[in-house]
Amino acid sequence: MTSTRPVSRGGSPSVPELIFGDLWQYDPAPETADPRIKLRYDLFIGGKFVAPKSGKYFSSINPANEQIITEIALANKNDVDAAYSAAAKAFTSWSKLPGRERGKYLYRIARLIQDRAREFAVAETMDGGKPIKESRDFDIPMAAAHFFYHAGWADKLEYAVPGANIIPLGVVGQVIPWNFPLLMLAWKIAPALAMGNTVVLKPAETTSLTALKLGEILQEAELPPGVVNFICGAGETGAALVAHPTAAKIAFTGSTDVGKIIMRQLAGTDKKLTLELGGKAANIVFDDSPVDQAVEGVVNGIFFNQGHVCCAGSRLLVQESIAELFVEKLKRRIDVLRVGNPLDKNTDVGAINSRDQLDKICELVDSGTAGGAEMYQSKCDLPTTGFYFKPTIFTGVTQSHRIAKEEIFGPVLSILTFRTLEEAVEKANNTAFGLSAGVWTDKGSRILKMSTLLKAGVVWANTFNKFDPSSPFGGYKESGFGREGGRQGLMDYGKIA
Amino acid sequence: MASPSRSRFGKLFDEIGTVDQVGIDERVAKFTTRSIKKGSKLWGLKTAVTMVDLTTLEGKDTPGKVASLCQKARRPSSDPDVPPVAAVCIYSFLVKYARQWLADTPIKVASVATAFPSGQAPLETRLEEVRMAVGDGADEIDMVINRGLFLAGEFQAVQDEIAAVVEACGDAALKVILEVSELETFDNIRAASFLAMQVIREGDFIKTSTGKASGSATLANNQVMLEAIRDFYLATGKAIGMKPAGGIKNSKMALHFLVAVKETLGDAWLNNSRYRFGASSLLNDLVRAIDKEKSGAYQAPYYYTEAAESY
Repeated sequence: MTSTRPVSRGGSPSVPELIFGDLWQYDPAPETADPRIKLRYDLFIGGKFVAPKSGKYFSSINPANEQIITEIALANKNDVDAAYSAAAKAFTSWSKLPGRERGKYLYRIARLIQDRAREFAVAETMDGGKPIKESRDFDIPMAAAHFFYHAGWADKLEYAVPGANIIPLGVVGQVIPWNFPLLMLAWKIAPALAMGNTVVLKPAETTSLTALKLGEILQEAELPPGVVNFICGAGETGAALVAHPTAAKIAFTGSTDVGKIIMRQLAGTDKKLTLELGGKAANIVFDDSPVDQAVEGVVNGIFFNQGHVCCAGSRLLVQESIAELFVEKLKRRIDVLRVGNPLDKNTDVGAINSRDQLDKICELVDSGTAGGAEMYQSKCDLPTTGFYFKPTIFTGVTQSHRIAKEEIFGPVLSILTFRTLEEAVEKANNTAFGLSAGVWTDKGSRILKMSTLLKAGVVWANTFNKFDPSSPFGGYKESGFGREGGRQGLMDYGKIA
Repeated sequence: MASPSRSRFGKLFDEIGTVDQVGIDERVAKFTTRSIKKGSKLWGLKTAVTMVDLTTLEGKDTPGKVASLCQKARRPSSDPDVPPVAAVCIYSFLVKYARQWLADTPIKVASVATAFPSGQAPLETRLEEVRMAVGDGADEIDMVINRGLFLAGEFQAVQDEIAAVVEACGDAALKVILEVSELETFDNIRAASFLAMQVIREGDFIKTSTGKASGSATLANNQVMLEAIRDFYLATGKAIGMKPAGGIKNSKMALHFLVAVKETLGDAWLNNSRYRFGASSLLNDLVRAIDKEKSGAYQAPYYYTEAAESY
């Protein structure tokens, strides 16, 4: 029997190679639903859209073409005060409402999100740069799913901890990132409201749009004024939100650097804190894995949402005996990824969220090539305007390369090899982070063993980037603490009376 | 029996690798979300027409029905822009009629042989049928593998039978039907693909199904076989064709299959010397979709002549 492992490509011209050319090009297929974006958005405080006391507005741009899509109110300290007083006022009645009544509001919000799913998907894609097929098939449906799930909890809290009486914390201050704007908002708001808390939430400054559009839905759902308040702005606004004395708890999702600042800020106060921070997940591929499906999982793990995913599988650990084959297959696979206009239904990889983020990715990638790692980028053309980065993989990476240690938060994969299970575990755990990991093998017993040895909040086996509202998500070490989703996530928004 | 056959499968899987069902299903789901519009849709539909093996395989087939089928194959539509199909696919005793009706056309005459669809006849009988079909003028032979031998782990015997058919084919191209629904697992479909590819010639095909068993050409089966063809080609340089057959009923499905070909094997497989659709009712749906692209309106089904269906 002849060897059936593909040989390395390049080199001699007689080596067979596939042609991914332009014989059959897909015509543009833009999603045309109207995102219904207003020219200007005010802050959402006390159930109403109110002009900012700061008197200032900032522009939000579409990273796919750098055009301004709307103006958003900038909240200063006084606006943050106003939001907290509205939330504190609302807490008195909201927390005393029977659980089934709170549940009704959450169900209503979930259904209204579903009703306007296409509109929200287009708005999310225009604001953040993610491919429409992801906002359409993942972000918006999952956001609705989180509201549905927690609506179910609202009238069953007495069963969450049998024999104990769970009560809400009070007003919760929440700060969310720009990678999954509406979904992170749902992860934060839905459990907080189900438990009976009220909320002041700040979306990221580059992606405030869908939060403010959700404000319209909250009005339509007749959610009592002040139960949810949205304030917008950058770091300064966030700092005022975190420092506010009314907050009983701060929930933050974002970078590890900011997470550390928040921890320092809260030290010595009685505020509760949960952090969901960065990651540098290892996707570990053993030589008995189904190779093509592992390649698919690795691609899904790192190129989903342009790699702007805290649990992205940004380090590939592949067993030495199949490393060459695996990398060849990976290169062919990323060559057929379609990079470009995020609103096109055939786009696989969209725009980088901001110029700042693009600069950061470029800087880290340069450090990789300067450090002697070998770079391969997909053979795609990039649009001339907007922020884009080619799907990129690095081979010859060592543990001490910056691209193996630091979170790039972009479509960049660092590939390392290993020989034994012990070496794989050691390399996978040799990081300051511990959010997620992936294991690819045909052996069930090895999966179970790896899942206990890997220090990561989520370990996926023979798949990657799978989420469900009932499954708790969160990290070890510098990836943060506290969980979101499931009963565990819910409990982070309550205390035993 | 259990232990030697099991170890033979194990050895083969070690050699060629395995397939994960969840992963394959996820991969092909992405093909179905591709949005094929306007010019690219028209190209895809016309290309699909040129890939059709227009098929009739019924007990009640007659020379008259084959004549009708051949005419439909030459002119699938009154629109001259619609190209002829790749081949007609019929039972071996009808080959001589089809040959006559398709003289002076590039359309191939394909014949199922080897005691289709079960393959349950003595090898010499099966080979004799192949030789007769080729002698009557068949350009292509569609054979079925011996699933019993395969499932028993008698891989050498499976390959020997295919090799014997290759020899009996002479210059005719061979399509090896794996009958995927009887192979039970994706691992087995991949394994059977490799066994066949190792003994057939460049330009021959592997094919999913007879169309006579339940569960036939699905995007997932197709993908497992496309990936096997890709891996085999990259390792040996030998390009094998692919023919999904049975169950591809409409133009939308056909476009999904073509997307899978484009994104797995690339441009070199987007033609009828490397990719075919075994189908009958698909052709009219393709023609109807082409008319719709041009006129903006779907025509009623009765505008389209039935060559293979209404007998």
